[in-house]
Amino acid sequence: MVTQQPEFFYRGPSPFVRLLFFSVLALAIMVADARFHTLDMVRSAVATITYPLQQAALAPGDIVGRIGNFFVTQNKLQRENTELKQTLLKKSEDIQRLSLIEGELTSLRKLLGARDAMTERSTLAEILHSGRNPFRRKVIVDKGVNENVLLGEAVISADGVLGQVTAVFPLTSEVTLLTDKNQAVPVMIRRNSLRAVVFGNGRDGTLDLPFIPLNTDVQNGDILVTSGIDGTYPAGLSVAKVTNIERNAIHAFAKITCTPLAGIDRDRHVLVLTNLTAGAKPQIEPEPTKSATGKAGKSTPSRAKP
Amino acid sequence: MSILADPKDVLHEPPSARFIFISLIIAFLLYLLPTSGALLFLRVELPLLVVLYWSIHQPNRVGFAIAFVMGLLVDVSDGNILGQHAIAYTLAVFLVLVLRLRILKFKLWQQALHILALLLVSQLLVALTHLFLPSTFPGWGYFVASFFGALLWPVITFSLEYPQVLAARARND
Repeated sequence: MVTQQPEFFYRGPSPFVRLLFFSVLALAIMVADARFHTLDMVRSAVATITYPLQQAALAPGDIVGRIGNFFVTQNKLQRENTELKQTLLKKSEDIQRLSLIEGELTSLRKLLGARDAMTERSTLAEILHSGRNPFRRKVIVDKGVNENVLLGEAVISADGVLGQVTAVFPLTSEVTLLTDKNQAVPVMIRRNSLRAVVFGNGRDGTLDLPFIPLNTDVQNGDILVTSGIDGTYPAGLSVAKVTNIERNAIHAFAKITCTPLAGIDRDRHVLVLTNLTAGAKPQIEPEPTKSATGKAGKSTPSRAKP
Repeated sequence: MSILADPKDVLHEPPSARFIFISLIIAFLLYLLPTSGALLFLRVELPLLVVLYWSIHQPNRVGFAIAFVMGLLVDVSDGNILGQHAIAYTLAVFLVLVLRLRILKFKLWQQALHILALLLVSQLLVALTHLFLPSTFPGWGYFVASFFGALLWPVITFSLEYPQVLAARARND
């Protein structure tokens, strides 16, 4: 191309043209990623390339933690050991009863002709860091595709459900916590088997239980456990505790606030549960037990907004 | 425009590409340090600050493309939708290229005021893109990071210029 302008002065397209080009490119990428999820490969590749940097950034905290561990007193260790032994004893009693009940349940299910209950495989993972994004509630754990962690798997800690795997990379994966906005978990109230869906609202430490009619039997202190309807979370895992109920006659529904039972600040180790029967149609749930009033067994349609 | 008063220390030669690259990597590394809770509000966009420094001082070598790539890296590491920081960084670089000759005339703390405006604009853009997603606005404290970043501007300038000054001295001797 012959131009009047000497090569030396030519500086390429003007900043405004470049701004337009890169803005449009960024918008296209945003739409492709948010709507169509076509860029997971790119995300995964970038995450793998920057993995050494990520690890390097975690090193200082790790070293401080290790030095702290080194100076733990023997007294504290002994106390902890005793506590753990007691917990183990209690849990082993539970497990013995559980195996009895499981056997009973399997034979009952066979009688009913229902499918087997979900069987799970679990992977122990460690939380690398809580997500640094103030807009979202996510954590990064140290197990990825290489350890067979799959998209959509449930993540639990000792106290209850923590969240769900929402992005997997070769060596790490991203867990969206229950408290992330619009994160939904199908639950039931342990006391009366009332079904509902609990939603995160984006704030730490609270969950919403919407679309519950005013006269429904929900009490402060009720424990919500997963109902297993969605096929993602196995049934019966503790999720949250009802902490506040506002019943106002001008609204159709009660305003119920819950506190999640598991917290990322309490435990660094989590279990990623792989649902081996995933992809199959939702399993048949046992009939909810009807209470004397006959109202408590009413089930709320999951996810569908009235 | 050297930060050091010594007239010998005028920088005649541009920094090596390797130095620019390493400075960007270190900025990204520091950005990756684990932070949570209230500390998130003091989390300065170091990659953006370093990109801005280089686009002011080396506009022919660092500009839109590098800002865009750094933005994508930040998006992946923060678990954002890809492109949120990329578009914010791109806009900040555009503004800094428009204001470049003006910014260079000012003292460091006055430059920091310009940088504050740029950081706020880029943070606002990130917050705006979050509006279209299921995410929660973390509160106005989110914008504190920009003020903190502007305070760091003299530190950034010093730590990126001092190695160049040392290299220049070594060449002169």
